[in-house]
Amino acid sequence: MSDPLSRVFAALADPTRRDLVARLTEGDATVGQLAAPYPVSVQAISKHLKVLEQAGLVSRRTEGHRGPVHLEAEVFDLMTKWIERYRRRAEARFRRLDAVLAELDDDEAPGHRPAREETA
Amino acid sequence: MNDTITTATIEADPTVPIIRITRDFAATPAQLFRAHTDPELFARWVGPDRTAVTLDYWDARTGGSWRYVGAHDGMEFAFRGCFHEVRPDRIVQTFTWEAEPDGVALETLLLEPLGERRTRLRIQSLCDSFEARDAWLRSGMEVGVDQGYAKLDGLLAAGQIAEGAGESADGAGA
Repeated sequence: MSDPLSRVFAALADPTRRDLVARLTEGDATVGQLAAPYPVSVQAISKHLKVLEQAGLVSRRTEGHRGPVHLEAEVFDLMTKWIERYRRRAEARFRRLDAVLAELDDDEAPGHRPAREETA
Repeated sequence: MNDTITTATIEADPTVPIIRITRDFAATPAQLFRAHTDPELFARWVGPDRTAVTLDYWDARTGGSWRYVGAHDGMEFAFRGCFHEVRPDRIVQTFTWEAEPDGVALETLLLEPLGERRTRLRIQSLCDSFEARDAWLRSGMEVGVDQGYAKLDGLLAAGQIAEGAGESADGAGA
């Protein structure tokens, strides 16, 4: 899992970390502020932040974990762009498939099968 | 089944090089299966848009193999693989882009009936490395895949797909 994109995906696989990232989109915050809403220790949140930091998703202004945590929006945007682009291509394919399937509805009702099956 | 997935959802697994896509269709499992195994139907939707797909060979049964070529803006992209298992509820196949002949993904398609003529399709693509998986995620950015969207939506809205597909609306894009 050495490549950067994989680290980003791994970092965002955890719901708490996704939540942290979502909150950081509103602005920088200290570890204490970030940890406040969670029923886990500040240390646990620190660990999550470290994973995000190693993935390049967040940075800290100062050494020593005192400074505010900052979201590196560029990295985040790039990653979401890639995956969203991929998703949209899949969705475009599925829409073409929708259209083909819509035709099958008609094809599949040749005389020998009266449309009665749902009355039971 | 109260949560209908009307537009594709995607997940890139962090622990194994897998991409998962889920999407619901207004069709029975049998119809969805047919659209994936009948060569004529498959060629009509596999795309991408504005791409003429030609099936070179296509033997959609357990142990069979397939190859198709997509022609897009004068370029050709060839893909091939084997049908490892073909069942009404499950299709397992390998997938290789011939330009990267050493790379192979294992694709598992699961067709789950949701009732009322709806079916959920789950596609899992297992790549042979994270690098390969992420290259797939990045791929296609240079192909201009978004250009065809407006045209496609137009066709769908007008119900014109029936008339034999893609090439008739070239003027709609950029």
